[in-house]
Amino acid sequence: MKIFLSYILPYKFKITLQMIIKFAGTIFDLLIPWILSYIIDSVVAGGNKKGVYFWGFLMLICSAGALTFNIIANRMAARTSCDITEKIRHDLFAKIMSLSCRETDEFTQPSLISRLTSDTYFFYQMLLRMQRLGIRAPILLIGGCIVTLMLDAKLALVLISLLPVLAVIVLFISRKGIALYTKVQQAADILVRAIREFMSGIRVILALSTKKYETERFKKANELAAKAEQKAGYVMAVSNPTMSFLMNIGLILVIGAGAYLVNKGDTQAGKIIAFMTYFTIILNAMMSITRIFVMLSKGTASGGRIAQVLQSEDEIKYIIEQEKEQDDAFSHIEFRNVSFSYKGVTNALSGISFKIEKGETLGIIGATGSGKSTLLMLLLRFYDANSGEILIDGINIKSIEKEKLYKKFATVFQNDILFSDSIGDNIKFGRSAKPGDMMKAAKAAQASFIYEKDGQFGHKLDIGGRNLSGGQRQRIAIARALIKEPEILLLDDVSSALDYRTDSRLRRALEKNYVKTTKIIVSQRASAVMNCDNILVLDNGEIKGEGTHDELLSSCFLYREIYEIQMGGAAI
Amino acid sequence: MTNKAPANEKKHLILRLWKYIKPYKLLAFAAFALTVLSNILSLAGPLLSGYAIDVIEQGIGKVDFNSVIKYILLMAAVFALSSVLSYILSIIMIKIGKSIVYSIRNDVFDKLSNMPVSFFDRQKAGEVISIISYDIDTVHSLISTDIIQISTSIVTVLGALVMMLAICPRLVLIFAVTVPMFALYTRMRIRKVRPLYRERSQQLGRLSGFGEETITGQKTVKAYNREGYMLSRFDGINEDATKAAFNAEYLGSITGPVANFFNNSSIALVCTFGGLLYMAGAITLGNISSFVLYSRKFAGPINEFANILSDLQSALAAANRIFSLIDASPEKPDTPDAKTLDNVEGNIEFKDVSFSYDYSVEILDSVNFSASQGTITAIVGPTGAGKTTIINLLMRFYDQQDGVISLDGVDIQKLKRDNLRSHYSMVLQDTWIFHGTIYENIAYGSKGATRKEVEEAAKAVEMHKYIMSLPNGYDTVISDNGSNISKGQKQLLTIARAMLSPSSILILDEATSNVDIVTELKITKAMNRITKGKTCFVIAHRLSTVENADNILVIDKGKIVEQGTHKNLLKQKGLYEKIYSSQFIK
Repeated sequence: MKIFLSYILPYKFKITLQMIIKFAGTIFDLLIPWILSYIIDSVVAGGNKKGVYFWGFLMLICSAGALTFNIIANRMAARTSCDITEKIRHDLFAKIMSLSCRETDEFTQPSLISRLTSDTYFFYQMLLRMQRLGIRAPILLIGGCIVTLMLDAKLALVLISLLPVLAVIVLFISRKGIALYTKVQQAADILVRAIREFMSGIRVILALSTKKYETERFKKANELAAKAEQKAGYVMAVSNPTMSFLMNIGLILVIGAGAYLVNKGDTQAGKIIAFMTYFTIILNAMMSITRIFVMLSKGTASGGRIAQVLQSEDEIKYIIEQEKEQDDAFSHIEFRNVSFSYKGVTNALSGISFKIEKGETLGIIGATGSGKSTLLMLLLRFYDANSGEILIDGINIKSIEKEKLYKKFATVFQNDILFSDSIGDNIKFGRSAKPGDMMKAAKAAQASFIYEKDGQFGHKLDIGGRNLSGGQRQRIAIARALIKEPEILLLDDVSSALDYRTDSRLRRALEKNYVKTTKIIVSQRASAVMNCDNILVLDNGEIKGEGTHDELLSSCFLYREIYEIQMGGAAI
Repeated sequence: MTNKAPANEKKHLILRLWKYIKPYKLLAFAAFALTVLSNILSLAGPLLSGYAIDVIEQGIGKVDFNSVIKYILLMAAVFALSSVLSYILSIIMIKIGKSIVYSIRNDVFDKLSNMPVSFFDRQKAGEVISIISYDIDTVHSLISTDIIQISTSIVTVLGALVMMLAICPRLVLIFAVTVPMFALYTRMRIRKVRPLYRERSQQLGRLSGFGEETITGQKTVKAYNREGYMLSRFDGINEDATKAAFNAEYLGSITGPVANFFNNSSIALVCTFGGLLYMAGAITLGNISSFVLYSRKFAGPINEFANILSDLQSALAAANRIFSLIDASPEKPDTPDAKTLDNVEGNIEFKDVSFSYDYSVEILDSVNFSASQGTITAIVGPTGAGKTTIINLLMRFYDQQDGVISLDGVDIQKLKRDNLRSHYSMVLQDTWIFHGTIYENIAYGSKGATRKEVEEAAKAVEMHKYIMSLPNGYDTVISDNGSNISKGQKQLLTIARAMLSPSSILILDEATSNVDIVTELKITKAMNRITKGKTCFVIAHRLSTVENADNILVIDKGKIVEQGTHKNLLKQKGLYEKIYSSQFIK
């Protein structure tokens, strides 16, 4: 939680000023009852008409003062809490964007979403309420204690000696509360997941007629969330009655002790009466403080979840390598004996070595689950290899800055994501590009269908581009990759959503117009890779064959099998 | 979510919220009774302490400790009872609040599950998430904490008013001026503030929507190093949300101090005029003193109410968003005479079917074909030709504008949607895996599938071996964005899922696009065995998948241009032949 200090400290002057103003407002507020009793006891009783006007006017001034100062203080509190929250949200979003894939898997996307939205909201609520309510109650508490001490130190000590006990109880309950509210937020993550899955899977859910099942599933998640909230509520609700009971016990002790002291002649009954008036003030202050603690627990629980993300260490570690001259002696991309496994489960890749020269095209083919996509993930440093080295221009990618590394690549994933913006915005993806560039990229990506849409490049896409066909989505993703003439182009099974003609036209356009680009084409189809300069055949994470199409036909059984099936050899 | 402001909104909203509270009105009444009771008890405390002090007042050496102890014990009992009551009260309120939140959330989800598919194509999940979490939470805090507070304060206000009237009606005139002034002010304030709260809710929804979408596309954003771009867009939304939050918060929170000001000045006036009245001999000093005491009691709840008012506004804005989702027009209801079909054979016919999304560009143009029980119909054609649209119409995800689609001779428009869809199972190119075990994912949609059947299905799609190699086998938890399983493997799982399903029509929309050819061939063989007797629709680019189809529909620009078996179509030397031979071009 220390991390939040760095967000709050820049506002320390503003917050202090706000506290002072709030303090002043509170003093004005507290002056009114004091004046009130003074008027009635002294002025009115003395028949001083002018005095009545004077003090009455003073009370009006005090209420105006309280009004002004409280509004100003509330405004400042709203300002600082909003600003702090904005900053935290900004940093949190930035951090989420930079999380490694492994970390995202660990936090899970639904949880990240709820941390970004509801947790920041609860944290904001805490900041705000603390500033708004966190002044008055302590003033009253401390003020009340001082006054009672002045009235009769012995009696006051009886009451004050209870305060540590109360503090321990409040701390204990709020500690429990933090744990329980963390659980509430975890339950909220499950709700978020249920909604997301339902909304993205609606077609399958309808087709499999599992709406009832899904509703039940949601209900269960909902119940879990409601129960967690209830449990936290029950525990937090203990604090208020306990506090007031203990405080009242304190009062009883004061009366008992008072009786003893009065009997001994050490104090007067009048003092006990005055004592009780102040006691009510102290009690009310204690009650507000407990309420603040409820908010604090909730906010702290959310804050903890936010801090977890913010403090997760940057996974990408750079190794320092001596600068090497960019030399033609090095291949553009080289894998040296690379092995990798997800979370220690059986090796997804083992002992992978290959080289690609600048401008060459590498094809990767292999069965489902053979490790093709994993290989690209490693090249992109979405995951780091367990052993071996990956080099670009002879430099280990672990020593290349993230920004520099990603600038080299343009990638099209399997069923890649489109955003609900216009087609043009999706292709540009926030990069500056001339309309000509966009048209060129669209042309190479065989995306001429864009011109048939109303608004053409301005055509607005639905969520995930669902108002386009699978093939159209794929081609926009390809155009997105091509617009900046990338140094390295990675195509992960892009042909799967394209018909053969479009696919072959795409490949020809790539060969012709993107000569300098080094390309890696991952595919299930022999036809998609057969023209590549070099082809890797992957099986179970290992390279089972490498070479050109013709070489592989004679040397690699697996490759021949794939090719023959596709070309109709086995099917006919 | 567009937030149209309904004209009669406020009363309407409160009425609707009341519907959720209504089932718990007995509990709510009990809570109310408890509050009154504990208030009375809290009055007993000072009374008893007064008695105790009376005893103590006897002075040095004369204090009767027995009676002091008696009063002290009584007080302890009263306080203990009052604390217990107040805890019970909290528990009741928490329970009511929880139940209401639970049922509102369920209602939102129920509504969601009755929305047409087109809704999900446009609605950002993040916005719905924000309704489910933030908006419902806001309503919750209003119900669980504020309502009791308001209702008990009414009692206090009325009591104090009666007492004040009894003491000095003339002084009450001051309140007769200030209270209406305050009421007028609040009215104006609310009018100004309500749209601000609505804006805040909406902006928070937008933020959530954008956040969700971006996090979903995180890998793509990373691969293009576009974090900065996304962040700058997020910043814009974040700024708007912050501005909206600040405006609502600041302007909403003004009411509190203003109410306080009205109260304080009323009391100042009471004091001044009371003093003057005393000097004129109209009232006694004791009267002023107790009048002031009661007027503070009278003003206190008004103060509280003003504070709650901003909570109320924020909750109403939230409720508005919740209800606007609950009120969104659902999927057109089934016609009242809609039928259900059992034991479907699976004969499908399209007659002159035309369709366009949004009535703009025609996607399907007079499509005619039929598919009889147990046959395989393949749909091929260039991307964007309208293949998936045929499936959308078959499943009634969308309804055609013209023509008739029939199942076993019955117009599917005349069937209950749920019944119609129950006859299909479907595999899409965009695999859908939910967070759960592999077993649950395969058995999804087939109630009561045994472990053995699930394993059989997994074997048929060549996944059994892989699954068994995982440390937890079929109990391995997978999720849609999880990386421990590849896209192709996910497709295989969804195929296994469809194979298990007992429905009589099977739709495979590019179901094996991410699967390698060798595996695909094996699956196709298994599929033929399993799908015997089922009517199948297959969309595929890879023609090896469709060669064995009984009928191949070749679609281009929304029209069926050719139709027939693989051999016949090759002979025609038309579009099909062109597509087919393109597989072999280099």
